[in-house]
Amino acid sequence: MFPEYDVIVVGAGHAGCEAAAAAATMGSRVLLCTMNMQTIAQMSCNPAMGGVAKGQIVREIDALGGLSGIITDKSMIQFRMLNRSKGPAMWSPRAQSDRMLFAWEWRLALERIPNLDIWQEMVSGLVIKDGRIAGVRTGLGIEIPGKAVVLTNGTFLNGIIHIGQKQFGGGRTGEKAATGITEQLIELGFESGRMKTGTPPRVDGRSLDYSKMEEQAGDDNPEKFSFDPQTKPLTQQRSCFITYTNTAVHETLKEGFDRSPMFTGRIKGLGPRYCPSVEDKINRFADKERHQIFVEPEGWDTVEIYVNGFSTSLPEDVQYKALTKIPGFENVRMYRPGYAIEYDFFPPTQLQLTLETKLVQNLFFAGQINGTTGYEEAACQGLMAGINAHQNVHGKEAVILKRSEAYIGVLIDDLVNKGTEEPYRMFTSRAEYRILLRQDNADIRLTGIGHQLGLASDDRLHRMQQKVKGAQELVEKLKEIRVAPDIANPVLEANDSAAIRERSGLYQLLKRPTVTLEHFAAAVPEIKSTVAAYEQEMVEQALIEVKYRDYIDKEEQMAKKMIALENLSLNPNFNYDSIPTLSIEAREKLKRMKPQTLGQASRISGVNPSDISILMIYLGR
Amino acid sequence: MYTAFISDTIVALATPPGVGAIAVLRLSGPQAIAITDQVFQGKKLTDAPSHRAYVGFIVDGDRSLDEVVVTLFRGPKSFTKEDVVEISCHGSPYIAREIAQLLIRQGARPSKPGEFTQRAYLNGRFDLAQAEAVADLIASDSLASHQMALQQMRGGFSKEIQQLRTQLIHFASLIELELDFSEEDVEFADRTQLRQLVVEIKRVIDRLVQSFALGNVLKNGVPTVIVGKPNAGKSTLLNTLLQEDKAIVSEIPGTTRDFIEDELTVEGVTFRFIDTAGLRETVDKIEAIGVQRTREKMSQAALILYLFDVNTTSEKELIRDLEELKSLEIPYLIVGNKVDTFEEVQLEKFHNFDGIIYISAKRENGIEEMKQRLLETINYESLRNNDTLVSNLRHYDSLRETRAALEEVLTGMDARLPGDLLAQHIRQALFHLGSITGEVNTEDLLDNIFSKFCIGK
Repeated sequence: MFPEYDVIVVGAGHAGCEAAAAAATMGSRVLLCTMNMQTIAQMSCNPAMGGVAKGQIVREIDALGGLSGIITDKSMIQFRMLNRSKGPAMWSPRAQSDRMLFAWEWRLALERIPNLDIWQEMVSGLVIKDGRIAGVRTGLGIEIPGKAVVLTNGTFLNGIIHIGQKQFGGGRTGEKAATGITEQLIELGFESGRMKTGTPPRVDGRSLDYSKMEEQAGDDNPEKFSFDPQTKPLTQQRSCFITYTNTAVHETLKEGFDRSPMFTGRIKGLGPRYCPSVEDKINRFADKERHQIFVEPEGWDTVEIYVNGFSTSLPEDVQYKALTKIPGFENVRMYRPGYAIEYDFFPPTQLQLTLETKLVQNLFFAGQINGTTGYEEAACQGLMAGINAHQNVHGKEAVILKRSEAYIGVLIDDLVNKGTEEPYRMFTSRAEYRILLRQDNADIRLTGIGHQLGLASDDRLHRMQQKVKGAQELVEKLKEIRVAPDIANPVLEANDSAAIRERSGLYQLLKRPTVTLEHFAAAVPEIKSTVAAYEQEMVEQALIEVKYRDYIDKEEQMAKKMIALENLSLNPNFNYDSIPTLSIEAREKLKRMKPQTLGQASRISGVNPSDISILMIYLGR
Repeated sequence: MYTAFISDTIVALATPPGVGAIAVLRLSGPQAIAITDQVFQGKKLTDAPSHRAYVGFIVDGDRSLDEVVVTLFRGPKSFTKEDVVEISCHGSPYIAREIAQLLIRQGARPSKPGEFTQRAYLNGRFDLAQAEAVADLIASDSLASHQMALQQMRGGFSKEIQQLRTQLIHFASLIELELDFSEEDVEFADRTQLRQLVVEIKRVIDRLVQSFALGNVLKNGVPTVIVGKPNAGKSTLLNTLLQEDKAIVSEIPGTTRDFIEDELTVEGVTFRFIDTAGLRETVDKIEAIGVQRTREKMSQAALILYLFDVNTTSEKELIRDLEELKSLEIPYLIVGNKVDTFEEVQLEKFHNFDGIIYISAKRENGIEEMKQRLLETINYESLRNNDTLVSNLRHYDSLRETRAALEEVLTGMDARLPGDLLAQHIRQALFHLGSITGEVNTEDLLDNIFSKFCIGK
């Protein structure tokens, strides 16, 4: 019934969809197994993509040739560029999505890929022969042969849902949990753990009084995620609304604390500190009198509303009663209660940087089962696992992004080398080369790689090259422009910047933090006409180049040093006990983590600089 | 292959620490020759042929530190196969340290244990057996340096640095909070408060950096010079202080010829008497106190003990010498000697001078009082009572780098630099401070943020 697939992907969430699409587009014969074809690419949590650091990841996925950016563009109902007032490294695109449209667009995109098959059934086991993966076994007992398998089970492995004191198995509310895989993996020698996450209640938007809330509209000039011109920015948008909890809400919630699965110890898994439930917030920050609530529409047409900021696992009656105390929610009608979910994950230190497991050849893990949280984090892992599964099966070189190259590189490197205790979310502060990893240059950083793999089109590559060329040209032109004091000083003064005494180069003036090119373009026709000859993207790129060159240089230098260490590979099976001069802790950690490069070894906690020096010596020259 | 990260220039003392005839400082790295050239008065080293020695002076601005011999070894024909410079200076640990600090200020970095040998190995100079010996060295030294660090932390150093680290982490997390959690409903610190916090942190670092000179003094002894006319009784005083017959004493002026360096400990503070013989030729005439070479000798001192013979010294001579002493801006103590052969009332002729202490070195009168005055002169009490001292060159270096990064933060804040760029400077500051306190990583910052602010939707 089934041919032997190159790659079988288990699970069709953000990670699974990207994995299947990438491997199939690259030419692998791919099977995507999902328990329910109606819930492909279901946004289990809030209907939004991007945000600080996450938006950069979506841009990276897009540049590599993944689909999350395009799907988001096609299904968004609001777009905002966060952190506009900060430096360009912080600009972060974020979109509100139409939940149903998002899933629908993903499904259509997958259906359009020729060598991608879909099979609706639960995968309950793996087929392993001689330490390598050979396929999967389904609930019906079918064995489907495959050369590589990517597991993206999300929260479904032994998922348990908690609402108050009620608990039941499930991967999402209303959907069955998956069983069998964890048990088999443990038998094979894998370590597993439990994590916890949660979602807020959904309500009927017609029951809310928006006049009591603050409106949060989209950007006046919305942009988009994909570098590909096939998608267009929004011409109309839907607003979100902001309201706040108060002490009455908190008191009501507290009434349910004795029935809270969190506080009564029923939930054992560790939840993320940065995505706490509302009961956790009022418990830990008792002196805070109010917490923000984002009222997010679930789509263009639906009246369903996502109550962001009110994640809870308290009993449904307590949830309802507390909601009614929130300004604007007095007459609220609840569609579905919030809940907490516990699920299995596998500490990601058991993976290689390709996301292939160290224990079983050609078995890859991606997404929440690696201890991460967030659609973007999951999607990018799926993409990389899909790419590397294809590369492995076809005997091609592994694709590993460096920390100085992409947030995706930071994420995977952190997971594999440091592991994670709580659900891992990306923050810009996790990247040591933050100024290099910007959303505006994700295409410059990664399109080349995506193109080489056959994921990014010729057109994308060409556009990226044009953008680089245009920006460079403009920078050269800006370097030649000099302005006289009588023209420059009014502009400088208006922007709180010191006056000049003699003719000065525009290039130097633009390095001043408060001075922008627009100011000068408005005052000097020559500058205006020079700039007008270039596309907006090129101008933006050129300006960043002018303003931040010194900072970019500094990080590029640091990155170079790190790459030198990164290029020194270590034999994963090296006997570290044969170097008695290594500290005992370093030996233990190195034996366990089996780093592939000296750079990777240097990031393992407990391995000190002196240990690295010693390793360098044993590596020889 | 390794050149990408062996891109800096290191410096270290190549001879054993302590007093010797000469001391040799060695630099290795791409900037070794350029850095030396910046402080060398003599031949222009950047153009000079390799494997040759050059005589000249090491100068710190206007101040001449020592007359030295510089030998150039251009890579790859050198110990490390990089450019290597060896500076042979006079064998006083104090001079060697001064020169090393000067080179560090010019851009060299204090080498880590075994680093010269390690570079030599990595550049292909040794075989594996020798390399293993280097590995042993690094391992044992890293162990020893941990213990040493503990011992070297005088007073509240460790505690103060820990506080500094906490404050800096707090500051860094406030900036990161604005960047990663700008959408959150938390109160962001305003720029004035943040600026105040950096100024506060920098003030502490300033003090620690400044304390380095004092810290060194306490750790290595207060370099003290005894000056005075020939036959003022310098050697006798030294013998009395040291209670042993180290210096050759005679009635003939100028008999103290041998190099004498000895130590006296008063209430735990060591005074190191340096090179009194070196003054001989120039102190033949007391006018010579103004002569350049004497000044150089004295500028190496942290304390000058000016000794005169109350019987043969005129008021006029004393006035002139004291003016010279003042101009050196080094703490000094005026000691009138040979009160043994003198009527007390005749001391009247010096009554216009404050703070003279009268002794008889020969009869050991007034010696105890003089020791107390030595302590007072170096302001020992204030050191002992409140302040933390930095006495380790590597710590000093890290603190200076931290301070430089913080200065960038302040300049950036004044120029309204966006937070992500400020953060780059803050990370530099944390990195350098981290080399003393242990690495500060993202988790430290995030922990701080999550414990203080309610984050998350």
